[in-house]
Amino acid sequence: MSLESQRLAPEEYKRNFADLHPPFELFDTASIEANRCLYCYDAPCTKSCPTSIDVPQFIKQISTGNIKGSAETIFSSNIMGGGCAKVCPVEKLCEGACVYNLLHEKPIEIAKLQRFSTEQAIKEQWKIFERKPSNGKRVAVVGAGPAGLACAHALSLEGVDVTIFEKEAKGGGLMTYGVAAYKVTPEFCEEEVDWILSVGGITVQYNTEIGITTTLQDLQRDYDAVFVGIGVGVARHLGIPGEELDGVVDAIKFIYDIRTKDYSEIPVGDRIAVIGMGMTAIDAATQSKRLGAKEVVMVYRRDELEKSCTDTELDIAKLDGCSFVWLAAPKEILGESGKARALVCDVVRLADEADASGKRAIVPTGEMITIEADMIIRAAGQIPFEEFVKTAQIQNNTGRISTNGLQSTNLKGVFAGGDCVNGGKEVVDAVQHGKDAAKGILEYLHSK
Amino acid sequence: MANLHTTLLGISSPNPFWLASAPPTDKKINVLRAFEAGWGGVVWKTLGDQVKNVSSRYAAINYGNQRVMGLNNIELISDRPLDINLKEIREVMNEFPDRAMVVSLMANTNRQSWHDLVKRVQDNGCHGLELNFGCPHGMTERGMGAAVGQDPSIAKMVVEWVMEVAEVPVLTKLTPNVHSVVPIAKATLEAGTNGFALINTIQSLMGVDLDTFLPYPDVGGHTAFGGYCGPAVKPIALKMLTTLGMDEATANTPISGIGGVTTWRDAVEFMLLGAGNVQVCTAVMKYGFRIINDLCSGMSNWMDEKGFTSTSDFVGLSIPKVTDWEELDLNFHIVANINQDKCIHCGLCHITCEDASHQAISLEKGNPYNTYTIKEEECVGCNLCKLVCPVSDCITMPERRKGAEHLNWKEFQRRGLPLNEH
Repeated sequence: MSLESQRLAPEEYKRNFADLHPPFELFDTASIEANRCLYCYDAPCTKSCPTSIDVPQFIKQISTGNIKGSAETIFSSNIMGGGCAKVCPVEKLCEGACVYNLLHEKPIEIAKLQRFSTEQAIKEQWKIFERKPSNGKRVAVVGAGPAGLACAHALSLEGVDVTIFEKEAKGGGLMTYGVAAYKVTPEFCEEEVDWILSVGGITVQYNTEIGITTTLQDLQRDYDAVFVGIGVGVARHLGIPGEELDGVVDAIKFIYDIRTKDYSEIPVGDRIAVIGMGMTAIDAATQSKRLGAKEVVMVYRRDELEKSCTDTELDIAKLDGCSFVWLAAPKEILGESGKARALVCDVVRLADEADASGKRAIVPTGEMITIEADMIIRAAGQIPFEEFVKTAQIQNNTGRISTNGLQSTNLKGVFAGGDCVNGGKEVVDAVQHGKDAAKGILEYLHSK
Repeated sequence: MANLHTTLLGISSPNPFWLASAPPTDKKINVLRAFEAGWGGVVWKTLGDQVKNVSSRYAAINYGNQRVMGLNNIELISDRPLDINLKEIREVMNEFPDRAMVVSLMANTNRQSWHDLVKRVQDNGCHGLELNFGCPHGMTERGMGAAVGQDPSIAKMVVEWVMEVAEVPVLTKLTPNVHSVVPIAKATLEAGTNGFALINTIQSLMGVDLDTFLPYPDVGGHTAFGGYCGPAVKPIALKMLTTLGMDEATANTPISGIGGVTTWRDAVEFMLLGAGNVQVCTAVMKYGFRIINDLCSGMSNWMDEKGFTSTSDFVGLSIPKVTDWEELDLNFHIVANINQDKCIHCGLCHITCEDASHQAISLEKGNPYNTYTIKEEECVGCNLCKLVCPVSDCITMPERRKGAEHLNWKEFQRRGLPLNEH
């Protein structure tokens, strides 16, 4: 048992990482679906979108053949509407609220329609937005992820000159580095970032991590305002013996490697245990299966009802042949010659009543199980960049930045949003933070 | 199973579904296929002086996911030699003696031409003749088709010529391109027509290509006005049909109903409003002859359900329900009611009432689902909310009479009753 790369033939990798939800190929087919939309008033889908995209409006525009208008409707609310159409858990957002669900009918394929318009706009780099002439104001944005890009774009439209500092070589943040490759390709991520930046007025300094040679204080001094959208860091440690063994990996790092290297270069084990049941855990489990792992077991200390991924995500893992061990709390990783060989868990149950935190307590039953695994992927939440936050003296809650109205922090002229504030939610939530922060920054610049 | 056998003007057919005079009935190969599929009869595509047709010929309008909501054509009458048509008609009649064979005619507007054509066609063999006074395009430029049918005196004159020699029943096909079909119907009835067929197609221009700026259908860079038909024209046809049933002079004359008949439901509606049978074209041009199965089965099941044994049992039953506006009961009042268990919270009732009617549906914000309720005192009972609601029977219109007695506008005025205050 060992971690090996090159488990599959090139065509198998290609097939396994092909688009999970193929797009509408013809206007005709998009139009059929668009015409199914009832064009609800004060629509539940719009209300269920964190960025409040006017869904009935953009769908109506597809049905009339006004694809450019449709893209404009989407992007006006969500500048990452292209990527969100691919990665949003729509079953719990817009599509989950579609009134057709109440008729027990298939909801409108909102994401697929959104993709139809936005993909054309991005691929053909349509000019949809015109920025106001530069007004001489300068804002620094830390992190070219969804929050940072949304903030930068909104500011640039108003004539603000924006400089983004990004520690990676590419923009897009989680979209580029942290999502399953069968949902969104690296090429698309790059085109999307290019399209967002094409509005002008935004300069990105890649491979530049704030806190190394330049600090937040420097930015506060050199710019009229600062937006912090640094996301969250590595996967939370489990705090159990054996975590240092070879074969114990971080889901974030694992997915990052998949997104930045050739699939054939990513080593996976024969038997993999993935700890956690969120979106990242699912992305790690399904992709390790798609990289050729023989068996993948997802281990979660709560039951299926309390999982944090959606049913749709769980179904992807099921269809990929992953298996599940519910109500198992990791206790120890056993090794042999420095390599992981098994995961030992306490078998637990959930208390009948929720406790003060609103969740049911986890109660050990005294029994234990041992899951054979030569690779163990940690995906039980991510750790905020506590060091950065503390050094910069930003008010925070165990590393999560605290914000007030319109994403302002305790530091004058410093705003924050996205995962570094909410601890790790969807791309679409980060975009809304970026939009709100841009509003806050504009007000702040105005009052200065 | 109810018997669908129908007789119109003494012409018998196994069901009330005829194919209208049009491309599906222009040659033996089509008509044989139609009869094999089960159609009750055909009106053979209009015969007359042989013409030349153009390419292209049709254009359609689509609505939502439905193609060919309305169809228009600029095709003329039969472009095949008369003797070939006549030979094929004989052959088809020999193969399917139980089906109705009516032949549509259009001659030059002179007595001799009509006499010659009528004699030649009836001597060849057919159960009836249909006079094409309706074609609104092309033939009108030559003084035929609707050019005849739009002028009561010309129409009357031509029917007189026809009746001088006709030995089989004659149906006069009426054009809808007039303010009322009644004067023409009366005139042709005086001239001796045995029955009517209506409506023919409506003058139309279907649309324009937004890239080339060329109107449809494109004939090498130009178009001509065409004749409009299909589901979109049905309400217009039903209105014209009903006016004949409402006029004493024409009320008892047999009618073959035409205009957007697509389903058995459409056919039943035509017959309830006075058509003895129906003719179908556009639905076949969209789906083929196979639709006859459901036309027959649907009508038969409906007749069983309603206790009708013959198609003549229900012809015209709905005509007495149509009256002048001033006879309508002003005390009749309905108000909308929303069944909250069925509501899917789409908000269409609210926004249409708010923007286009009487602001009678209130909105209580919810996340993500709002609650909509009727303000009874504001509701005028217009039906709009019920019409736009995507869920059947979610919105109902229970009766809330304003008074016990029937009170029409004439009586309302006579008594000097007060009008609305706002």
